[in-house]
Amino acid sequence: MNFRIENVLQTSRRGFLKGSAGLALAVVAPGMAHAGTGAGPGIAGSSMVDGDFSPNAFLRIGTDNSVTVVSKHLEMGQGVYTGLATLVAEELDADWAQVKVEGAPADAGRYSNLFWKAQGTGGSTAIANSFEQMRRAGATARAMLVSAAAAQWKVPASQITVKSGVVSHAASGRKATFGELSEAAAKVAVPADVTLKDPKDFTLIGHSAPRKDSLAKTTGRATFTQDIKLPGMLTAVVAHAPRFGGKVKSVDDKAARAVAGVTDVVTIDNGVAVLARDYWTAKKGRDALKIVWDESSAYHGSSDAILADYRELAKTPGLVARKDGDAEAALARAGKVYEAEFAFPFLAHASMEPLNCVMKLDADGCEVWNGEQLHTGDQYALAKALSLKPEQVKLNMVYAGGSFGRRANPQSDYLLETAQIAKAIKGRVPVKLVWSREDDMRGGYYRPLYLHRVRAALDAKGMPVAWQHRIVGQSIIAGSPFEPMLVKDGIDATSVEGASTLPYAIPNLNVDLHTTNATVKVPVQWWRSVGSTHTGFSSEVFIDELAAAAGKDPVAYRLAMLAKHPRHAGVLKLAADKAGWGKPLAASADGKRGRGVAVHESFNSFVAEVVEVTVHKDGEFTVDRVVCAVDCGVAVNPDVIKAQMEGGIGYALAAALSGAITLKDGLVEQSNFNDYTVLRINQMPKVEVHIVKSAAKPTGVGEPGVPPLAPALVNALHAATGKRIRALPIGEQLQTT
Amino acid sequence: MTTLNVNGRDVAVDLPADTPLLWALRDGLHMNGTKFGCGMSLCGACTVHVDGQATRACVTPLSAVAGKKVTTIEAVGDSDVGRRVQQAWIDLDVVQCGYCQSGQIMSATALLAKTPRPSDEDIDAAMSGNICRCGTYVRIRKAIRQAAGMPAEDAA
Repeated sequence: MNFRIENVLQTSRRGFLKGSAGLALAVVAPGMAHAGTGAGPGIAGSSMVDGDFSPNAFLRIGTDNSVTVVSKHLEMGQGVYTGLATLVAEELDADWAQVKVEGAPADAGRYSNLFWKAQGTGGSTAIANSFEQMRRAGATARAMLVSAAAAQWKVPASQITVKSGVVSHAASGRKATFGELSEAAAKVAVPADVTLKDPKDFTLIGHSAPRKDSLAKTTGRATFTQDIKLPGMLTAVVAHAPRFGGKVKSVDDKAARAVAGVTDVVTIDNGVAVLARDYWTAKKGRDALKIVWDESSAYHGSSDAILADYRELAKTPGLVARKDGDAEAALARAGKVYEAEFAFPFLAHASMEPLNCVMKLDADGCEVWNGEQLHTGDQYALAKALSLKPEQVKLNMVYAGGSFGRRANPQSDYLLETAQIAKAIKGRVPVKLVWSREDDMRGGYYRPLYLHRVRAALDAKGMPVAWQHRIVGQSIIAGSPFEPMLVKDGIDATSVEGASTLPYAIPNLNVDLHTTNATVKVPVQWWRSVGSTHTGFSSEVFIDELAAAAGKDPVAYRLAMLAKHPRHAGVLKLAADKAGWGKPLAASADGKRGRGVAVHESFNSFVAEVVEVTVHKDGEFTVDRVVCAVDCGVAVNPDVIKAQMEGGIGYALAAALSGAITLKDGLVEQSNFNDYTVLRINQMPKVEVHIVKSAAKPTGVGEPGVPPLAPALVNALHAATGKRIRALPIGEQLQTT
Repeated sequence: MTTLNVNGRDVAVDLPADTPLLWALRDGLHMNGTKFGCGMSLCGACTVHVDGQATRACVTPLSAVAGKKVTTIEAVGDSDVGRRVQQAWIDLDVVQCGYCQSGQIMSATALLAKTPRPSDEDIDAAMSGNICRCGTYVRIRKAIRQAAGMPAEDAA
């Protein structure tokens, strides 16, 4: 019963639309109606009532004239509830105000990510994989409403129009709302095929419909996992092993049990959980535990030592990820070889909502409330751990207070922890696992630490003739259910993406990889933009170094090598143009100004950013402005795309300035926002976002804003000071070098 | 048992007096709008008003607010300033994941109540204790200016 992506059957779009058509009961799994503590979208808590019309699993039209779109994807801030609803409402010709959104339950048969053949949210795929599927869902419902009206009014369907949620027949003056037609529409046969709109007729796609979650999130009414309350529920706080791989040898829980209100103390695989009616009591109990740890298989590595080992490894060839020509031979022939080493620390996701999970375990199975990002994987993992069938594991997807990848854990780590606790108390009452900020920061599953070594040679005109890019680090995918899909011939595609896909025309271009999972035992995971978090940096900083060595303008230098990559070139030119590239920056009395650029493709979207800085005499600097250009195909919601670019820039800037998780003798040295500092409002630059007009299929926007920021910033600092920073975070390197 | 005034109502909370106000609100009074982010007054997600002052509820023991007036996100819209702030947040679609936004709105409202026309420096000073990992800061700044009836960007 091990979950493997390829084993999860995917129902075809057509088959699905037919198969579930007209089944009013199919939308929300039974038993979920009691999930709610609160109103508002984000919880799949409502259910069908008589007369509701549900032509497929993605929408339901109520007799109250409401249109409820069921989102198969997690809303974690990226705006997907709004985006998916836009697609459905566009083809349905609904009035935006009548549209509501709720989260889908776990059901890979119906709610699969069409790019993965399993249900889950990530890789900036939500809109890309749903674009046609959601539009068809809306168009199908529209056709059925029209058929119902045609039958009622005894007029040809071709004479009926639909606009803003109203179905009309102009000649007879008849009109009806969706709600008035829902009962009749439910009895109409599902059309075999539907015609989608010509993009020129779009009224919602491309028009920045307001976010569907703004009101709930502005009034404190949105329901996150942390807000779920169930009758009798206990809160669990866990004392985790201080080192990865550590286990409990013995525990003295007398003092913990003596805390008034503590109900249970249970030992689980990697720690001891204390349960109480409220968090504070459980935390007091947890803090009173005296635990002796079994560290016989605990990991004792240190960041410095890992980096030193990687540096040695980088001297030897790794597994080949890309081989155009022969870079080594070309380098051997070259008069001068340019060489640089780039270093990247472990990074925590540090979402605002520390990890948590609510679970109810009983004879029928297990029910979970979670900011659920990897439904199918979590469902199978829980089923295995609890000796249940996958269909006995019900997952209720609620809003996630950020994720940046962390809630899509291929090992289902915090869900399995919750299951162990629920099992230990024999499902007596529902359990809410709550990690403290410190638990979250020290709980692992970081962006891996990497070291890159890049060497290049230039031809007589200063253009690169050889480029040898070596990457050393842990594989995120190895040992996960995604391995069959993403690891080929020992190469984890996510370790090299962005480097193996370098767009520049260089005749001898080699990329190789050392994977270090055999020796480095730090739990690692994808972090907003995954491989591009590091490959985008080394590539775009090094190309800037080569431009400088050749005495060429960084934008012109890149463009000269992008003839076959018009979308890279397009965003690069647009960002440069809007930033006033080539015109001098306004001087500052406070210090030296500088401007830097980077362009990168990730998740099939293309982003270029120009960063402007002021470097003060003491080496402190401010990031003044970022001009961003993005080409993500059809812009379904331009304002959400802008927001994702703004946010991606902020998230990337935090990491570039000071983001680092460091290990010393296996202990994580950071604990909270005092020593893992993140961006604050006073550090946020002005951001300008320009979207390329495109008719191409929509691609990702959640992650692609991240990769260009750090290299563009470092390139700007170089322009201002002549100093080149190659190790992240930047920290105080300008002061000390 | 501690008695305090939350959103205009006197309420009794049956939790130990050292329980932080955050957990008294969430676990004692089942008011979910105020969020847990760091537990150490570092992120601002738990910001409420105590006698009108922006206060981090995660480090404020229940005993310290006995008899005081606490306002939370659930009632901030009862004041004219709070209502304007929430409206600006909605108009500009500030939120992303939304988890920090209760705290952001409470801090912004406290700022505007005291400083109706804040400078960018005033905004930085009042808001830099509130972390947003989604990076909605550009819009937070704009929304505060809009709520204050000021142009979107400082002319200076």
